[in-house]
Amino acid sequence: MDWQSWLIGIVGRALAFGTPLLWGTLGEIYAERAGVVNLGVEGMMVLGAFSAFAVAQSTGHPGLGILVAAVVGGIAALIHAFLTVTLRANQYVSGLALTMFGLGLAGLLGRGWEGIPLRQPLPSVTVPGLSKIPLLGPMLFEDQSILTYTGLILAVVLWLLLYRTRWGIVVRSVGESPATADALGVNVFLIRYLCVIFGGVLAGVAGGFLSVEYRPAWTEGMTAGMGWIVIALTIFAAWDPLQAIWGALFFGALYHLSYRLQAWLPPELLKLMPYAFAILVLAIAGLSGRKRGAPGALGVPYTRGEK
Amino acid sequence: MKRFGPFLFERRLAPPRSVVLGVSMLAVMLALLVGAAIFAGYGVNPWHAYATIGKSTLGSRYGLMEILRRAIPLLLCGVGLVIAFRAQFWNIGAEGQLLAGAVAATGMALFSGIPGPWLLPAMFGAGFFAGATWGMVPAFLKVKLRVNDVISTLMMNYVMIYIVEWLIHGPWKGPTMRGFAYTDTFPKAAWLPTLPLSRVHWPTLLIGVVAAILVALILNRTRLGYEIRVVGESEGAARYAGINFLRVSLWVMILSGGLAGLAGVGEVAGIHHKLLSPTQVSMGYGYTAIIVAWLARGSPVVAIVTSLLFGLIFAAGDVIKTVLRMPFQVTGVFNGLILFFLIGVELLMYWRVRLASRGERWTGKAGSSGS
Amino acid sequence: MAIRSIPKNSLGIPTTAPPLLKLRDIVKSFPGVVANDHVSLEVQAGEIHALLGENGAGKTTLMNILYGLYRPDSGHIFIKGEEVHIRSPRDAIAHGIGMVHQHFKLVYPHTVAENVALGLAGTPFWQPARVVERGLKELSERYGLPVDPRARVWQLSAGEQQRVEILKALYRGAEILILDEPTSVLTPQETAELFKVLSRMKQEGHAVIFITHKLGEVMEVADRVTVMRRGKVVGTLPTAETDKGSLARMMVGREVVFRLSKGECHPGEEALVVEDLHALSDRGIPALRGVSFTVRRGEILGIAGVAGNGQHELVEVITGLRRAQRGRITILGEDLTNRSARRMADAGVAHIPEERLRMGIVPGMSVEDNLILKKHHRRPFSRGPLLQLRKVHAFAKRVIEEYDIMTPSPRTPAKLLSGGNIQRLILARELSGQPGLVVAAHPTYGLDVGATEQIRQLLIRQRDAGVGVLLVSEDLEEIMTLSDRIAVMFGGEIMGVVSAGEASLAEIGLMMAGERRQAQEPR
Repeated sequence: MDWQSWLIGIVGRALAFGTPLLWGTLGEIYAERAGVVNLGVEGMMVLGAFSAFAVAQSTGHPGLGILVAAVVGGIAALIHAFLTVTLRANQYVSGLALTMFGLGLAGLLGRGWEGIPLRQPLPSVTVPGLSKIPLLGPMLFEDQSILTYTGLILAVVLWLLLYRTRWGIVVRSVGESPATADALGVNVFLIRYLCVIFGGVLAGVAGGFLSVEYRPAWTEGMTAGMGWIVIALTIFAAWDPLQAIWGALFFGALYHLSYRLQAWLPPELLKLMPYAFAILVLAIAGLSGRKRGAPGALGVPYTRGEK
Repeated sequence: MKRFGPFLFERRLAPPRSVVLGVSMLAVMLALLVGAAIFAGYGVNPWHAYATIGKSTLGSRYGLMEILRRAIPLLLCGVGLVIAFRAQFWNIGAEGQLLAGAVAATGMALFSGIPGPWLLPAMFGAGFFAGATWGMVPAFLKVKLRVNDVISTLMMNYVMIYIVEWLIHGPWKGPTMRGFAYTDTFPKAAWLPTLPLSRVHWPTLLIGVVAAILVALILNRTRLGYEIRVVGESEGAARYAGINFLRVSLWVMILSGGLAGLAGVGEVAGIHHKLLSPTQVSMGYGYTAIIVAWLARGSPVVAIVTSLLFGLIFAAGDVIKTVLRMPFQVTGVFNGLILFFLIGVELLMYWRVRLASRGERWTGKAGSSGS
Repeated sequence: MAIRSIPKNSLGIPTTAPPLLKLRDIVKSFPGVVANDHVSLEVQAGEIHALLGENGAGKTTLMNILYGLYRPDSGHIFIKGEEVHIRSPRDAIAHGIGMVHQHFKLVYPHTVAENVALGLAGTPFWQPARVVERGLKELSERYGLPVDPRARVWQLSAGEQQRVEILKALYRGAEILILDEPTSVLTPQETAELFKVLSRMKQEGHAVIFITHKLGEVMEVADRVTVMRRGKVVGTLPTAETDKGSLARMMVGREVVFRLSKGECHPGEEALVVEDLHALSDRGIPALRGVSFTVRRGEILGIAGVAGNGQHELVEVITGLRRAQRGRITILGEDLTNRSARRMADAGVAHIPEERLRMGIVPGMSVEDNLILKKHHRRPFSRGPLLQLRKVHAFAKRVIEEYDIMTPSPRTPAKLLSGGNIQRLILARELSGQPGLVVAAHPTYGLDVGATEQIRQLLIRQRDAGVGVLLVSEDLEEIMTLSDRIAVMFGGEIMGVVSAGEASLAEIGLMMAGERRQAQEPR
């Protein structure tokens, strides 16, 4: 295969497979910017994947499936928010519990739905005009998902929101120094709830994309640890929505390569590439002092008046 | 302090052990209640479900043995995680460390050529070493490069899972297995003895109990244990006291990973007698052990009890699958629920309720703390 | 009632007019302690009202209630004669109450304008900081609080950060301004500037409540003072009608001795020699720029200076917790530059840390376990890998009694102890090992008078026994009372060293603000 088709294939598929990573990371960025770590992304994604498939399969409307997935993700995140913000429980453990619960519940409910191809998957989109541009056209504008383009636009919007608006100042302050925000009348609890739920909504959509467009089918555990990659990406992107795009693209490319190279290397060893790279990526971030960008109060439950 | 009607709620600074126990049991009860709702949602009568589970697990000799054999890897991994958690090292990688031990044991059993009576000890040694090594990498990364321990240990799980997949599909694929992705069966010298009429490979159980006691001693009576506790309670104080973080973290993960590795040895040498696919070797023991350790609240000896509890849940999962015809994943749901409620009720431990006498608004003596 | 002329305050408002703010019978308790015991307070518009009391008297709790951070168990709050219910800072701000906390509530990575714009109603959704920048310029001028709205807060000095806090409150229309121990981070000159700003506020008709434990400031700037002790109000009177002695007596409840009994200084050989020390702060900025001084055995060298001028980094370098880029540290004759904290401790350096709870103790572990913290790896507490628990018990029992540590049992978790007892624990641990050099950072911060006196006595006793003591403190009075010689730090350098007898407050104040001393003192 000539290098041009190779390049088109890699970038095109990187965009596609990076989409759920992007959506998930954008959501987790907002949750963590408000100071709450949500390790339940894997659980929320898989619940989103299942509910999207189930709804799309039974109603024939894939878009509805995505919508329901968003709601389901939000509800799952609500549990986490309640435990960590109101009851001030340990954020790491709560997230782990959510993942265990989500994987179990999705597996439980999904029993009858496995292996059936989706009868009406979300159609892919080819941008008229732009897709005719040599090389770039087929790479970026042909045969992609609406969710891919929406995700990219969302990243820009979320960036603007975070750094250029009143809401952004509030969210960032709640994550850096909740006591400060509280003393100025900001409702820290409410902001944290909203950001965590928002993160869940986006994670749900990410999962829905997998089962309704990318694959499209339901298999137990189809998220295959993507939720954990999202958590790593959040750190690697330095909690910046625009940088999340590059991280998602990079890992999208990695996933694609792990399929592409199967002709030359054992498939199992290729499959471990994304996970090994996640560690590598964090190690590099650690070398460059990236952790310094973490929101100051990340992972710490907030109690008013605590000394 | 708040007052609601005739009740006065006071904050408590250090809950007594009876309260901790009571609240923990409450959490489990609540989880079982929600579980009943799930049974009902699936169309199964909750009473019938629990009764069947109870009869098949606690009510028969075979059932009790099954609980015990499920508890073995939970105990070993759980004790290892107790150490890790005491040092605030979030070792989510017990699953991978267990598999590493299984791989090492398999290698020893099938390819090392070590004679009869030495083979099993060699397998345990290799398993411990493999698990310890697999655990040391995240420790090093955390201290030197500030890599998040949750992610690094988790990612190592996936890496090891795929290594096992590769081995059983590739170089270690058993030629006698007629196309199935297993290794060959181990030679008899590599089989662990079991209690009669059960699958309880008692040498591993013994190792587990001994490990629990040893770890308790280490934590409470040695220099290393003292430093582990300081690091876990207060990073600032540990730094101030000149405690070497790298040394402590490495030791913690050597122990934690090594114990999980031993669990892996037990599974392949005691139950399966070959290396299978990762999900068949460990049905989430490494993850469930997190709850075992959490519920044990830092005590390795209490982990013996909590591992039995979760052994029960696993055994119940089998019953649910075969008798009640529900998928095995329901155990994941139960585990998640128990963990949710455990952390959810924690606040309750810190509040005390009593009846306020008439007109009483507050109590307490004037003192000098708090400004 | 006899008819007499109605007293008026400086604004001409009669003091018998309804006050701008009135607190009546406020009660607030926490587990085990009553912080506010039926406290009542009245403040007029155009008045500077001091709230005086030692640490733990309940002043900050009271103000936190007023600002909505705590809810009182019972009591009433009236503003301009009408009862109000303040359930959160939002309510407080709506009622015109603003508060400058002792530990600033600022988002350090953000700009000044972003901090002021946080949660501010009436600002535009898009780029609110821009609008706020303009408004800030106006306010700065009116009240004399110059600050750059685009600067990032972490880059500002403590005095400038305080100005941001005040501007934050004023921007929100605060009529009642509460300041909690505002001068603790200021040089004497900056304090004078602050008092000028407060006068400006008085003239503009604001009511200012000024929490402090410093008698001098009360007499200098306040119109009236309310003294609190152990959660109760002891009395309220105009400052014109009282003096430092009476206030002190009201504050403490007994006669206060202002000077500690301190014998002659007999300095011996060098305990600590610091030569040309350079080090970076956490943010990578040079924090120590060539610091040199000596501490001899048997003397106390006090390091004076406003926090943030390198003292924190200096202490950390000397105790092995931070790398020195350049320079040399010689302790008791040994070159111990850039050695580990453990090596320093083993060499006889005792460190009483600034952050008691975060560094000085392990809050979750028992008193006993805490007492062996830095020596746990050595005999007699350890032999090989094993702890010698019986020796630990015996040591703990002995030392708890010797240092008067009040604890229900040696097994009690250290976090349950009061602040004073925690500090006693730390001192017991550090001083019982017969150190050659004691590095004490802010040792009496936040403690009540009893504990403060005791700890100062302990330090003096060490010095009398021939130990070298390096004392770092923001409390200038403490430095002047305890030290034999005083070195002043500013901007990472030593501005000058004077002996305690000949030092004047003005001279030291100048050095704290960056004026180098003219005559050189032999080191």
